[in-house]
Amino acid sequence: MDAALSAAISIGFHGVAFAMVLYLVSVGLSITMGLMGFVNLAHGVFAAAGGYFMTTLMTRYGVPFAVSVALATLAVAALAVPLERFLYRPLYGADELDQVLMTMGLVFMSVAIGKYFWGPTAMPFYPPAALSGQIDLGFRTFPTYRTFLIGSGAILVTLLWLGLERTRFGAMIRAAVDNRRMAQSVGINTSQLFTFAFAFGSALAALGGGLGAEILAIDPGYALEHLVYFLIVVAVGGLGTIRGPFVAALLLGVSDTAFKYLLPELGAFFIYALTMVILLWKPRGLFGQA
Amino acid sequence: MTASCALETKVLCKSFGALAVANAINFQLLPGARHALIGPNGAGKTSFVNLVTGVLQSTSGQILLDGEDVTRLSQAQRVKRGLARTFQINQLFRGLSVLENVTLAISEREGVAGNFWRPAGKRTAVVEEAYALLDKLGIADEALRAVRELAYGRQRLVEIAVALGLKPKVLLLDEPAAGVPSSETGTIIEVIERLDPTIALLIIEHDMELVFRIARRITVLVQGTVLVEGTPAEIAADPHVREVYLGERVTP
Amino acid sequence: MTAKSAAHTIATFARRHRLRPMEALPWVLAVAAYFVFPDYLALGAQILATLLFGLSADLVLGYAGIVTLGHAAFYGVGAYTAGYLAAHGVGSPIIGLIAAMVAAGAVGFISGLIILRTQGLSILMLTLVVCVMLQEAANKMTSITGGADGLQGMEVQPVLGMFRFDMYGHTAYWYALGVLFLGWAVTRTIVHSSFGRSLTGIRENVARMNAIGTPVFFRLVTIYTISAMLAGAAGALIAETTQLVALNVLSVDLSGTILVMIILGGVGRLYGAFIGVPLYMIAQDRFSTIDPTYWYFWIGLLLVLVVAFARGGILGMADAVLRRFKRSP
Repeated sequence: MDAALSAAISIGFHGVAFAMVLYLVSVGLSITMGLMGFVNLAHGVFAAAGGYFMTTLMTRYGVPFAVSVALATLAVAALAVPLERFLYRPLYGADELDQVLMTMGLVFMSVAIGKYFWGPTAMPFYPPAALSGQIDLGFRTFPTYRTFLIGSGAILVTLLWLGLERTRFGAMIRAAVDNRRMAQSVGINTSQLFTFAFAFGSALAALGGGLGAEILAIDPGYALEHLVYFLIVVAVGGLGTIRGPFVAALLLGVSDTAFKYLLPELGAFFIYALTMVILLWKPRGLFGQA
Repeated sequence: MTASCALETKVLCKSFGALAVANAINFQLLPGARHALIGPNGAGKTSFVNLVTGVLQSTSGQILLDGEDVTRLSQAQRVKRGLARTFQINQLFRGLSVLENVTLAISEREGVAGNFWRPAGKRTAVVEEAYALLDKLGIADEALRAVRELAYGRQRLVEIAVALGLKPKVLLLDEPAAGVPSSETGTIIEVIERLDPTIALLIIEHDMELVFRIARRITVLVQGTVLVEGTPAEIAADPHVREVYLGERVTP
Repeated sequence: MTAKSAAHTIATFARRHRLRPMEALPWVLAVAAYFVFPDYLALGAQILATLLFGLSADLVLGYAGIVTLGHAAFYGVGAYTAGYLAAHGVGSPIIGLIAAMVAAGAVGFISGLIILRTQGLSILMLTLVVCVMLQEAANKMTSITGGADGLQGMEVQPVLGMFRFDMYGHTAYWYALGVLFLGWAVTRTIVHSSFGRSLTGIRENVARMNAIGTPVFFRLVTIYTISAMLAGAAGALIAETTQLVALNVLSVDLSGTILVMIILGGVGRLYGAFIGVPLYMIAQDRFSTIDPTYWYFWIGLLLVLVVAFARGGILGMADAVLRRFKRSP
């Protein structure tokens, strides 16, 4: 096969796999930021927690992969509820600065907690045998786990979109993002809705963190190191939308992979520059409402 | 004729997508006018104020201040030319003292607000002027209190004081009595009645008692369009106004 | 209203600008610390330099209300400028300091022109992105910055040609203290001036500032540039006194840490930095050597608690206590 085409396919493949992880982790952030207007720098903490729980269950207790992912996701959702009630809730409508500081505090704590319980190095992650190795897709072979990542990511994204469009919960979220007061006046319990949405978004992050542990390694600095990327996905995509971040994640995932492959010298620099240009051009993100 | 208008708009249009909030508004405010702009909710009254002051950019049309085209000027530049406004919902520096709220406006008008070195409170002339203004509005006794500690009715007076600190030639009052308990509307009306008669005043109001007490001319705005303009007596008698604004049917 | 109470009100209003005796305290303590802790002068010089950085961050955050996650950009540009000059034969610390201020000010001015038009999350993101961009640039331009290894071969000459930087930090301490004092004098003058008050107005209510004819954007760019210059000076101080510049001077970590320090003391209060910065740095020096992990945990917890219970920081709490004390005789 032509070398250039082969390279392009590789970049596209790994880029999309990375994008799936970025999207799963970040989409919850877009929902909560759009819904509650909360600048949550600690969103990555939930992804890290998901990753830690999953890898621990797998390596230390030998729990099967699928069960570990599910348990980790549920655990993080459960953990998110009290956090939302006691730490986030009092700051709805508060200064951005307060929100930034409180969540930065959570990030710092997560770094320490991660190191204390799991040590300074990254968690080992071995995909189950069925998802290891290479898979032949007819024209080429690809790493099986990443193929699985793209496939399951696509399914999750579809379910998420359909869910938000077809279910009552989704409709309530969309109504509240559009106009909170109106939503309240038609009888939506926004207080409960916020807790649900927050737990849901955190669970998605945990799912992304767990499934993506092979790409974004789970280590104590996770929430801090990748914060910039998560924020870029949300800010570039547009707050309160779920499709915007998907496009942004694809852009970021593929261009990051492409730069690392083709121009490692300039890598991140271009991505940041591009982010800046997009934000200046559209301060509310590509798909944000005016 | 044009040059003698304190404020004039010519075929002023503004739309957000399909929604036109200003539809070819031709409006004239004469020097020393006591003019009211009324209309049902969503008629585009506040949008009109935002267009005139430059918070919103018009889609087309012209805005003239004292005969000069200001359509493309920034908010700040329009203020420098003598245009001041109040807001429907208080926009004050809630954490700062009443005196400082007014001092900030006067410093800005005097062009000293960009000064880096002289302590703000030691500009005695500015502070004295601010104090005198508060005294005139009857809120000098609360000069050193933070705005947020004041009752809402008194905050409304600070809102007017800040605008007056700019020594405007044209003053736009956006529902000055909004949110004020009816027992205190009287104070607001008195303050407005005692304003310098050379100021051209445009008042946007729902409270008809206030409108008919102050306005000598009334413009009715409906769906971004001027429905009719006239003296209070003409407006009160106009069947269309009664229909759209007062919700009464025109009997044939 | 009587003329007497008018005069009284106006005099009271002006009185808050006067220099209070308490304001001498930091300087008395700083001089005393030199004699009491002769073994800790190197740390002392670092604290003084970081204090200047804290003051500059407070101007932007506490006074103008710009929530920035990238203030280290200016600090880092200052540090690299002074460091680069010292490594290339321009060893005069004063020249390095001035050059650092000019360079950081230029970066502040240009980035301010670009990003200060936006608000909310955008501005937060853009400050962050400017900072990571500069760090990435420094990381890749190894020929100038030394990349990940840090800048090599700085040779800083004696201050004013007379006072050589010694290994105990005597010169470093006085030099940093002198620059900090100048920086404080400038900052204090600014925050009390009409310009400074107008910044507070912008923080309190932008819509109203626009409506009284304030050129808001211009004011913000001005203070952003001034603040960047001060941060640049702080970076130069650190570079010259430690003779070391590495990529961490441009990190988001540092941008966040400086916020934490001034929040701890109290933002928008001028003296918040004087409390928060030394406290943080001394505690860090004591505890983080024992275990940096715990350190992060406690700082994180402290942040959460400060936001939840003590929004004004330590100075805010002191204010509240004093007020209660005054009320109940």
